[in-house]
Amino acid sequence: MFEHLAAAFEKRHAGVKVRLSFAGSQELRIQIEQGARVDIFASADERHMAALRKQGLVRAETVFARNRPVLVVPLSNPAKLARFADLPKARHVVVGSSEVPIGAYAEKILAAADRHYGRAFRARVLAHVQSRELNARQVLAKVALGEADAGIVYRTDALAMKDRGSTIAIPSPINTIANYPVAMATAAATPDLAEAWVGFVTSKAGQDALAAAGFLGAPPTAANASKP
Amino acid sequence: MKTRPPPDPRTLIFHLGMATCAAGFLTLLVLPFAALVLDGGPLAIWRGFQCALTWPALRLSIETTTVSVVLVVLGGTPVAFWLARSKWRSARWLETLLQLPVVIPPAVGGIALLLAFGRRGLFGGLLERMGFSPSFSPVAVVMAQVFVSAPFYLHAAVLAFGRLNPALLTVGRSLGATPPRLFFRVALPLAKPALIGGAAMSWARALGEFGATLMFAGNMTGKTQTLPLAIYAALEVDVRTAQALSLLLVMFAFGLLLALRNLDRQTDGKPQGAVLTP
Repeated sequence: MFEHLAAAFEKRHAGVKVRLSFAGSQELRIQIEQGARVDIFASADERHMAALRKQGLVRAETVFARNRPVLVVPLSNPAKLARFADLPKARHVVVGSSEVPIGAYAEKILAAADRHYGRAFRARVLAHVQSRELNARQVLAKVALGEADAGIVYRTDALAMKDRGSTIAIPSPINTIANYPVAMATAAATPDLAEAWVGFVTSKAGQDALAAAGFLGAPPTAANASKP
Repeated sequence: MKTRPPPDPRTLIFHLGMATCAAGFLTLLVLPFAALVLDGGPLAIWRGFQCALTWPALRLSIETTTVSVVLVVLGGTPVAFWLARSKWRSARWLETLLQLPVVIPPAVGGIALLLAFGRRGLFGGLLERMGFSPSFSPVAVVMAQVFVSAPFYLHAAVLAFGRLNPALLTVGRSLGATPPRLFFRVALPLAKPALIGGAAMSWARALGEFGATLMFAGNMTGKTQTLPLAIYAALEVDVRTAQALSLLLVMFAFGLLLALRNLDRQTDGKPQGAVLTP
């Protein structure tokens, strides 16, 4: 995803080479805390961005993309799930670990579903949870390989593996939205370019590219308006 | 008073060169552990030990790696004994094949294990019909550990058995010793120090196993969450906790390796040098 954005950005800024470094948000956070030289930090987890801002390592952040958790099932759909409400029927369920964002969202969703559907929905699902994976990709892999009958992942992850799994939407009264913030590092070597990057990913071109990958756009009110 | 002979410049350069190389090497290898201990401070470490993830994970790690190393030794010893003495070309192929888990990324090993023994895997369907599925269970943790750690034992064991003087076994046989007697009374005692060393490396590797376990066994407290997985989970919340857990893992591994090294030394005293082929 970021490769596309970087290529488009380089086209607009002649002579500029964007260098990308991908890792889990918490690993990137530790790298920045330990003095890694970066201009921009984009995080899939608002907690890590907030921690860096508290330490004065990044400037105010902008939510540049949002994502929606979905239910993903193997193509063969062995548990024959048609709707999210069928989830208690699945015998092998994997979700994220409570420490990682996708796991925290899954817990939020299950708690909301419990209130919405009643009949001990959450407890019946949790009884079938076989594993609490340490990231969304692991959840997806378990479903794609047929180890699990269902898992909760991000919509973009599920779309990227369409040939091995199908997606079941989680109804909006139950569902939640993941925010992805981006911020300029306080110690950015090229602050003007860093600012241009944030402007670019929140611009129409940037947002269109993100939408093509299945992301929800930046929230209209929050775009370029920093949080307190 | 004795006067020292003037140092030979070549000797001086030799020692200087050796010391420089060693210093850089040791800095890279030892400093991270020192940083791990010094940076946390005892209080932070104490708090980490009180983390809810710590004890179930440590217990599971000890249990599974113990089973793993026993399985590696039980299965690896006959394989290594055969590989070391086989003249077949296929034996060299097999030996190389068995080293592959060292090279491939553990997560890939985990996927391979899933494709073989997972519910939809090659043998998974068969296993499931027999009412047994290893995935998401401690059995899967042990399988992943054996898979990634066995090469370390095998490598040491093949070398050790290969160094045995073949004449010794021939003589033994001509004196009427049966194959089991030769194996248990001659080959095994002679190879023992190397086997213990190999088993120690294997155990250490199993203890640190992360990628294949996460992929094949999943992550569930008390069931499949070993110490390395708990460290990764803790890292998501608080670096200090992860640091404390890492320290625990390091201390345990250090104690284990040191104990096995001492065991290794004790058996080393025997006059085994006489039977080594030149």
